[in-house]
Amino acid sequence: MSRYTSATDDDRREMLAAIGVGSVEELFADIPAGVRLDRPLSGLGEGLSEQEVFEEFRSLGERNVSAEDEVSFLGAGMYDHYVPALIDSIITRSEFLTPYTPYQPEISQGGLQAMFEYQTAISELTGLPVSNASVYEGPSAVAAAGYVAKYSGKGQRFVISRGVHPHSRETLRTHAHAWGMEVVEAPLTGGVTELADLGDDVSAVIVQQPNFLGAVEDLAQLAQAAHDAGALVIAACDPLPLALLKTPGECGVDIVVGEGQSLGNRLDFGGPSFGFFAATEALMRRIPGRIAGETKDVDGKRGFVLTLQTREQHIRREKATSNICTAQALNALAGVIYLSWLGRRGIVELVELMLQRTAYARERLTAVDGVSLLHDRPVVREFALELDAPVQRVIARCRENGINPGYALGRDYPEHENGLLVAITEQRTKADIDRLASVLESAIGAEGRAAGAGAGARA
Amino acid sequence: MIREADDTLTIYERSKPGRRAFVRPELDVPERPLDELLAPELRREEPPRLPEVAEPEIVRHYNRLSKRNFDLDTGFYPLGSCTMKHNPKLHERIAALPGHARMHPLQDPSQAQGALELMWRLQEALGEIAGLPHVSLQPSAGSQGELAGVLLTRAYHEDRGEHRTKVLTPDTAHGTNPATVTMGGYEVVKVVSDAHGNVDLDDLRAKADEDVACLMLTNPSTLGLFETGIEEIERIVHGVGATLYYDGANLNAIMGICRPGDMGFDIVHFNLHKSFTQPHGGGGPGAGPVAVSERIEPFLPRPQVVRRETGEGNGSRDPFYDLDHNRPKSIGRLRGFQGNYGVFVRSYAYIRSLGAPGLREASETAVLNANYLLAKLREHGVAERLPAAYDRLCMHEFVLSGEPMRRELGIKTLDLAKRLLDHGVHPPTVYFPLIVEEALMVEPTETETKETLDRFAEVVAEILREARDDPSVAQNAPHTTPVRRLDEAAAARRPVVRQAM
Amino acid sequence: MADPSYPDDLKYHSEHDWARIDGDSATFGITWYAQDALGEVVFFDPPQVGSQVSKDQAYTEVESVKAVSDVIAPLSGEVTEVNDALGDKPETINEDPYGEGWLVKVKLSDLTEVDSLMDSTEYQATLD
Repeated sequence: MSRYTSATDDDRREMLAAIGVGSVEELFADIPAGVRLDRPLSGLGEGLSEQEVFEEFRSLGERNVSAEDEVSFLGAGMYDHYVPALIDSIITRSEFLTPYTPYQPEISQGGLQAMFEYQTAISELTGLPVSNASVYEGPSAVAAAGYVAKYSGKGQRFVISRGVHPHSRETLRTHAHAWGMEVVEAPLTGGVTELADLGDDVSAVIVQQPNFLGAVEDLAQLAQAAHDAGALVIAACDPLPLALLKTPGECGVDIVVGEGQSLGNRLDFGGPSFGFFAATEALMRRIPGRIAGETKDVDGKRGFVLTLQTREQHIRREKATSNICTAQALNALAGVIYLSWLGRRGIVELVELMLQRTAYARERLTAVDGVSLLHDRPVVREFALELDAPVQRVIARCRENGINPGYALGRDYPEHENGLLVAITEQRTKADIDRLASVLESAIGAEGRAAGAGAGARA
Repeated sequence: MIREADDTLTIYERSKPGRRAFVRPELDVPERPLDELLAPELRREEPPRLPEVAEPEIVRHYNRLSKRNFDLDTGFYPLGSCTMKHNPKLHERIAALPGHARMHPLQDPSQAQGALELMWRLQEALGEIAGLPHVSLQPSAGSQGELAGVLLTRAYHEDRGEHRTKVLTPDTAHGTNPATVTMGGYEVVKVVSDAHGNVDLDDLRAKADEDVACLMLTNPSTLGLFETGIEEIERIVHGVGATLYYDGANLNAIMGICRPGDMGFDIVHFNLHKSFTQPHGGGGPGAGPVAVSERIEPFLPRPQVVRRETGEGNGSRDPFYDLDHNRPKSIGRLRGFQGNYGVFVRSYAYIRSLGAPGLREASETAVLNANYLLAKLREHGVAERLPAAYDRLCMHEFVLSGEPMRRELGIKTLDLAKRLLDHGVHPPTVYFPLIVEEALMVEPTETETKETLDRFAEVVAEILREARDDPSVAQNAPHTTPVRRLDEAAAARRPVVRQAM
Repeated sequence: MADPSYPDDLKYHSEHDWARIDGDSATFGITWYAQDALGEVVFFDPPQVGSQVSKDQAYTEVESVKAVSDVIAPLSGEVTEVNDALGDKPETINEDPYGEGWLVKVKLSDLTEVDSLMDSTEYQATLD
């Protein structure tokens, strides 16, 4: 008997007899001999006991430097926020952890109602009336929004701001190629998006709020310019700053998407998390994914169901609004629990705390010799710096002191070869920021001395 | 009068101004005026109307909601095509270890050797199971894995200067296949099934031409049957220069027994939430890695997890695990970061726990359980009213047709499904595949005991007996669930998709 | 839902659509059989007034909870009016498929096409 199965030798005998075959082997008679594997799978081992597996995975984990092991200012799309204990307690309940998609609403009211509550929270954050029950994650949500634009709008081009997360831009390109659509980048000027003449063949304009360099965009103005050109407006938003910022809905945005990780989900080396997707009433029947709706049962009792299913692949097949089946239900559940935990006042207090600490950090770090602002636009919890020293080497030096100072921008933004993106979540205190400033100062100083010494040696 | 607790109140309806759960950490920096940091014209006027509730009420609210869900840890869940196998508890423990759970995805590879090695080893393992040498873990779910497959196909043909326009899918395919084909910029051409439930080879020959980019096939098919003509299918499809795509939804039937790569498939997607037991979470998360042949490898998504041998990396003697972004022919990214790592941890733990013999045994037992359940249903006389759609040995699942039951007893497959709810069983998949009238698709999985299967057969027989006496019981079922049949038409006509405030 | 009926004053198309001819105009809808097969209609997506419809081609869709059905034009012409009331009450298509549940009014472009449609008796014969 192997792991997680129960058939004893006696069971097997009785079962084979009931089927009317002599061996398990005979059950596979339909598989042609020519395609059978005539050896055991190799390299997978013989199986391990539970404690051996635990030990192996604990030891793999220990070879990672996680946010537990250093003071990390890394953000750039995923953030080290505190995840309150009640989330773990609730989402590990088997009733949430182990069911499938709620195809049978009578026995799935818990999950369906949670989706409905989640949709409401996303609608409140974004200022748009319709949210789905979540999609895979942030960057693919941008592509999913592009797919809606492709079928709703006109035009053969997407205009995407260079301030949109590089992963989102690349993901859109991957998809757009197959749709025969062109992707054009709108440049950043002074840290924010500049929309030049759009022309009349733009399907959608895609921006990010705050943008990848942390700058708060003037979303209303961008949306106006896009609408004037007859394009749909898609905004990829960081959900927590939306507690303070003018809502994308008010700004005239048609579709809001974003990465939901910062709402009560752990980092998990990049996933699973969830993407959110909200839209105007006009687009309700074109959006992808599951949507929960309220209704009544035959006795008049309140209940919830998956609704507007004719959009979806299992019904509309090749004409579906998307091929997506699942939501990220468990991750979205963590999201709505987190938002309930923060509450109406708490979310503002949390974001204001980050805003204050970020302002402090920005001032404190730019006081360091060799550090300047990459842009001076308003920011919420992340900002970009330019260093007067090779950024990768500075990061390595900071790390030796237990500080991960942030994300090096050079790979994605060659124009900012020594750019550094610094994220300040509520888990980074003033003391952490002060320590970052001093470590950064020494690192840049050391790099300067090293460069000086090098120059001296060459001379 | 004592008020009843209302389990259908939403968290917003439990809200009361002034209540709270969150306590803000100390503001430890000099406070500056808000207007100075964020001008009023950039700010919203009112905060989002999130609930105001204290922790005890949040916990109680969601715990009570949870009790209105049926789940795999509580009962039998033979949902065809979904592979609802047991989710080992160990997996949650190890996925939550901080070394995995608090890893930032942009951590430098030199600081992420454990995570990258785990991913590399999972790639190797999946490649061996598929019989294909190269694996990308990036796709977020089966549907995204399918899209990866279609985009890889497109890149492959374009690289050879060919512009093909059509993709073939059988009439038994999951809806995701045709939806994906359209998203991938191709036209869907449907291939019919023959009298035995196999792909109709004549129809395939007639439709396979030089405009065809790919055939997407699930094998075993969604009918739970192995395509006996798979070798001929491979010859036909490759004969016109198209790729052969394997939808891994039903891989649970064949692990260690036969491999898509050996059948000639070029691209395979896995559903780690099915065969490799990531908990379904009420509808996600999952992961949909793809395995491909040599000729497709150059086009795999970026970045790819690679192992660099001694000396190539950081100068140490150990191999170095890295993210390779330098892939000029890549289709590009399908999503952010490196994929659903938390799912990789669980699925790789599953593979390590079972090893090669355990995986094979899992598939054998899955097929044994399905055939046994089918035999047991026959023994109870169920087959007269609910015959197997195709009278063959099945693989890990089987499809029954409820058409005689509807005709003779007056209850539809939907009614049977709803009546099963009253017996504490999750119904099988209903009304799929589309080519079977009143279809009922049953997948017991390997982790169920013989006793559970016996009971299921008895329950179905009992429902049919009951329907002979009084069909209205099933027609009006369920009777014992938190709510009864819901008005889905009303929900779709006038959608209420958020709480009114 | 009412009992099956196929009024004698209508013309029928094999894809289960009807047309009520009035001079060079016609009103289109779906037959009792079509609405019964579809089940409870939840959404009707009206075409634009002024758009052209072509005989035997789909000009719109109607949706039930779990199905989408193309609606085929029995005759060709230009849409002059759509039944906006169905936006709020799509269930009218089930309740009164030949009356309040009409879909569009069309100015016909080729009156000879009418000859290819069936009368009630012929159409009902195709349903057996």
